[in-house]
Amino acid sequence: MSDSQDIIFRNVSKFYGEVLGVNRVDLNLAPGITGLVGPNGSGKTTLMNLMTGLLQPTRGEISILGLPPDRPELLFNRVGYCTQYDSFPRGMNGFQFIYSFLRIHGLVHPQAEDMTWKALEMVGLQDAAKRKVAAYSKGMRQRIKLGQAIAHQPDVLVLDEPLNGLDPMARAEIIDLFKRLSEKGKHVIVSSHILHELDVISDQVVMLSNGYIVAEGDIHGVREEMTDVPMQILVRCDKPAMLASRIFQEDHAVEAQMHSDGQGLLLRTRDADSFFLLMNRMVTQEGLRVESVAPADDDVHSVYLYLIGNQGGSSS
Amino acid sequence: MSAPSLPAAPPQTEVPWSLWKSQVSGLLRLEVKKYLLSKRALLLYFLAFLPIFPFLIWNLRAMLVGDLPDIAQASMFYAGMFQTLMLHLVIFFACVITFTNLFRGEVLEHSLHYYFLCPVRREVLVVGKYIAGQFASWIIFLICVVISFCLVYFPYGGQGLDYFTSGPAIGHLLAYMGVTVLAFLGYGAVFLFTGLLFRNPIIPAIVIWIWEGINAFLPAMLQKISVSHYLISLCPVPLSGGPIRVIADPAPAWLSVPGLLLVTLAVLFLASLKIRHMEISYGGE
Ligand SMILES: Nc1ncnc2c1ncn2[C@@H]1O[C@H](COP(=O)(O)OP(=O)(O)O)[C@@H](O)[C@H]1O
Ligand SMILES: [Mg+2]
Repeated sequence: MSDSQDIIFRNVSKFYGEVLGVNRVDLNLAPGITGLVGPNGSGKTTLMNLMTGLLQPTRGEISILGLPPDRPELLFNRVGYCTQYDSFPRGMNGFQFIYSFLRIHGLVHPQAEDMTWKALEMVGLQDAAKRKVAAYSKGMRQRIKLGQAIAHQPDVLVLDEPLNGLDPMARAEIIDLFKRLSEKGKHVIVSSHILHELDVISDQVVMLSNGYIVAEGDIHGVREEMTDVPMQILVRCDKPAMLASRIFQEDHAVEAQMHSDGQGLLLRTRDADSFFLLMNRMVTQEGLRVESVAPADDDVHSVYLYLIGNQGGSSS
Repeated sequence: MSAPSLPAAPPQTEVPWSLWKSQVSGLLRLEVKKYLLSKRALLLYFLAFLPIFPFLIWNLRAMLVGDLPDIAQASMFYAGMFQTLMLHLVIFFACVITFTNLFRGEVLEHSLHYYFLCPVRREVLVVGKYIAGQFASWIIFLICVVISFCLVYFPYGGQGLDYFTSGPAIGHLLAYMGVTVLAFLGYGAVFLFTGLLFRNPIIPAIVIWIWEGINAFLPAMLQKISVSHYLISLCPVPLSGGPIRVIADPAPAWLSVPGLLLVTLAVLFLASLKIRHMEISYGGE
């Protein structure tokens, strides 16, 4: 089903000199919300920059709705990209920022003005429109960037960690905006290093690790793929014996090994999600003190573990 | 490699000319103001004041001492100042400042991606930003040329005025303004290009500066490989073998003007090729 409604990567690799950005990426994204998840440095930004022609692939081919990324004059009538760069042209207020670039798109004044106000309204910044962007809070900057990316009403919206720095209210509003856009048949591609942030809203999830796609599909599929095979987790805590006994009361644990110093254990589980829930309960309700939690094998599972283990740790 | 399996692109409607025009004017709207009002522009204003300064002294001297040389001497004085201070120093470094930073400045400020994410050909971006740089430069430095030129003749009073109304002064002034515009066009394109090409564009700028500076003392053949040779050939008042500059054989205007414009276009073309492959990589992100 590869028609020109899709975003297609064919065997795409990007190297920064010797450094691997992404390798051998094959993707076929249909309209809807796509969550691009992976730890920092896994290649999310690289993938998005390739999609939008800000980077050129070392190998392979990319097609966005049938358009090549190296034809900006065609591409960006249909694509909007909200980057992770927290920088703005100097001295502009929110209105000017969106308006000026719409003029560069070639729009005439009344049209550009109208679309600017619409965009400002969508991200809830009408009241701050005439204030300098430089004086905005991080959350407002994040939203004005988003407004700028959607102002020309693109069919494909690419968003690099757009929820970073938003408070829960703004987060909910922005996620709602993504849903509305995707319901109109648009592509919304959102990256995050926190799986939990995206899993409920994503129609599909692409999981990246060290420049490779390690899992892809709808979120249930990805979860199952991840939980099929047991994974190893290393926990350092003050009551490993208690933790171990509790784990075995649930049916997902396969094995647990105590550390000789009595300050930790190595366990194997088929369901890291449940393990984390259990451990969090023990921390909050039974005063378990956890010093560290780390994946014990550095494969696909560790990435998954990292991603779900990060639930509360969204940066502010 | 696997091209056949990719879906065919929809008919790629070429962007109409009228859209380019509105895109370029959108760029001008944003950029000219920026070049005139940024912090970097302070340096430009300082440069623009430099050539005015000696003529202020010249006026002061005329007021205090009184003995003025012949008015033809005054136009020689201006010619000398224009060819050395104005062309070699002021316009040259104004171009370095403005045009090396057309794109490099956006990289330094991490704002280039906003331009690259517009539905505008990269070539149109080059042209738009270049024209914006030209407009901003012309505004500042043509005013500077006019002021300094008028200041030379100011002490002559009525005789100076006659020199304008019935003498050659207006012609000279227009020629100097034309040379100024050409200088910005030529050097502007060169430094736009070096700004894209080199990580530290100051070094090539200095190298070019030295080359342009020693050029007049080189054999006639080598003199021809420089921008200043053609610019100086176009100046209305030749400096006849003075200590400052010896032009072996001045190029005729029918050669200089189209030649400079051609070189400018060629360099802009190279810059467009270069920018087509430019990637966003700000570092430290
Ligand atoms: N401009 C660059 N030069 C060199 N290496 C880079 C550059 N940008 C990214 N990388 C490297 O490419 C990999 C992927 O980075 P990135 O795409 O930024 O990941 P993410 O967005 O998931 O954090 C990392 O190892 C990173 O260090
Ligand atoms: Mg990133």
